[in-house]
Amino acid sequence: MKINRRIFMGNSVIAASTLAAPTVFADGHAKPRVVVIGGGAGGATAARYISKDSKGKIDVTLVEPSRMYYTCFFSNLYLGGVKSIDDLGHSYGKIAAGGVNVVHDWAVGVDRDSKTVSLASGSSVPYDKLILSPGIDFIDDAVEGWNLSSQNAMPHAYKGGSQTELLKAQIASMPQGGTYAMVAPPNPYRCPPGPYERVSMVAHYLKYNNPTAKIIVADPKPKFSKQGLFQEGWAKHYDGMIEWISSDFGGGNVSVDPHGMRVSIDGETVKVDVCNVIPAMKAGRIAELAGVTEGNFAPVNASDMSTKANADIYVLGDASQQGDMPKSGFSANSQAKVCANAVRGSLTGSKVFPAKFSNTCWSLVHANDGIKVGATYKATAEKIAKVDGFISATNESAELRKATYEESEGWYAGITADMFG
Amino acid sequence: MYCKLVLLLLVTLIHGSAYAESIYSISSGAKIFKKCENCHQIGEGAENRVGPQLNNIYGRTAGGVPGVKYSKSMVQAGEEGLVWNNETLSSFIENPKRLIAKTQMSFRGLRNEDDRKNLLLYLSEFSKDGTKIKEFENFVKNKNQNVDPTILSIVGDPEYGEYLASECMTCHQSSGLDDGIPGINAWQTKDFVIAMHAYKNKQRPHPVMQMMAGRLTNEEIAALAAYFKDLN
Repeated sequence: MKINRRIFMGNSVIAASTLAAPTVFADGHAKPRVVVIGGGAGGATAARYISKDSKGKIDVTLVEPSRMYYTCFFSNLYLGGVKSIDDLGHSYGKIAAGGVNVVHDWAVGVDRDSKTVSLASGSSVPYDKLILSPGIDFIDDAVEGWNLSSQNAMPHAYKGGSQTELLKAQIASMPQGGTYAMVAPPNPYRCPPGPYERVSMVAHYLKYNNPTAKIIVADPKPKFSKQGLFQEGWAKHYDGMIEWISSDFGGGNVSVDPHGMRVSIDGETVKVDVCNVIPAMKAGRIAELAGVTEGNFAPVNASDMSTKANADIYVLGDASQQGDMPKSGFSANSQAKVCANAVRGSLTGSKVFPAKFSNTCWSLVHANDGIKVGATYKATAEKIAKVDGFISATNESAELRKATYEESEGWYAGITADMFG
Repeated sequence: MYCKLVLLLLVTLIHGSAYAESIYSISSGAKIFKKCENCHQIGEGAENRVGPQLNNIYGRTAGGVPGVKYSKSMVQAGEEGLVWNNETLSSFIENPKRLIAKTQMSFRGLRNEDDRKNLLLYLSEFSKDGTKIKEFENFVKNKNQNVDPTILSIVGDPEYGEYLASECMTCHQSSGLDDGIPGINAWQTKDFVIAMHAYKNKQRPHPVMQMMAGRLTNEEIAALAAYFKDLN
């Protein structure tokens, strides 16, 4: 009891001394306020780091509609039967316990003059600095015949959670010898190797459950990330199962019929059993509503991820247009730390260190056959610019590929701990 | 679970060698162990045969398993303080009679250093003594201790280190937990600096680490070392 009282008194002395010299912000509040919209790899990381590193000097609110976050990264491994859906789900409990005010709601508007965010529930949240990390939305009619109302018949499964589960269920109900079609997205899009890891993992599932099934990929691009490595793996593990139709062979000339489950590729129509349409992407809607986008994404300054449009609004991750970094969870997490350091510095005067960014993308070609690509980046006046990089080689030993996969599991545990505490 | 953890740790530690990335493995060690199987058992239910069972060999005093008929010289070596670790095991396995002149182990020895390391990796898989992992790490790291003393003497800024470390924590967990990528908390400053420079100079083979270390300055490496040293 005595000890408790002493601790209590100790804390109140600290609290009193903090109150003695408050920094007063525009509308008279004592503590600076940061609002983060979007609780994924960018937003959750930024909220957690600002809250943790400011040691209570900054009020941080995280606005995220989902109570459980299902990562998009590693969702292909669930499709492939390597991970379960529960492996991918994370709650915000630890972030909240760490001091972040977690609000499960949709942000539906940003008033840059009054510096408030309005929420779907009708309330509004004031900010001194606003960090947007809303991920992606899809561009309407990017694939002829497909819009968001078709996503049940032809899932994109390019946002984690229910869509991923839907696609998995559809693949599992394919008739023997059936056809899975993918309409791959044009650049730039979330997770460059993602569609091709997905093809690998769908093939992995089919190999053991529906070995006579076929996979067709219609691609609006002539080439793709880690192409040599993926195609080497497809020939090795899934010989004859996968047909990749590049833009050079009409892969970009595609329309779909979600009711009839038909896909037309360069004039030839095929009936398919599953059609995974991954349309062209743009920044999550709130970035557009905040008026910080130009074209499909939000241009940002490389040194701190602040938007070109507004110095108090920052955009992280897939929604940002930053230069050379791929749109990935790793990139968003890396950008979040640079941004958190800069935001904290500008609000509390803490030291701001130079921006450093990095990214590594691991992909699984087959169980225990992991590959990776990565690079480091720096901030220049124009953009985030690549410094150095590496990629797995073809013909690596099975042992090294297994070690690469195990490393990716370590990364998954690491980044989710870094995001969610 | 424990075995998996050890396996993952070691897989990563193997990267600490100055050799090609895939050179050491438990499975290669298992093949080499076939040479030993006539006299030694290891793993679940292992019993003493001509030689002692080898579970938990790491940290064991030489000649220290009751019921085994050792040579007098082996028992004496144990009484004089010989304990099995990477160095002593490697020396013994390389040439048994050189370390224990009258050992009863009639094995001509493994002259190939890589074979010995593979075998030790396999043996360590069956030892629960956590220090063996650190030992293995030092064992392979000793090759790389060629960092300029002026670099080693740089005093890092832990505040800068904390910021830089945030980049490491995308993969290396701040809790120190290892789920496939090793924890790097509480490393000795010197070990940390040597390891990072070995990556920077591409003496250690891991491509992600070579890339990450490659763009860090000497001061930044010192800053990271200063931060991780006190992280538990």
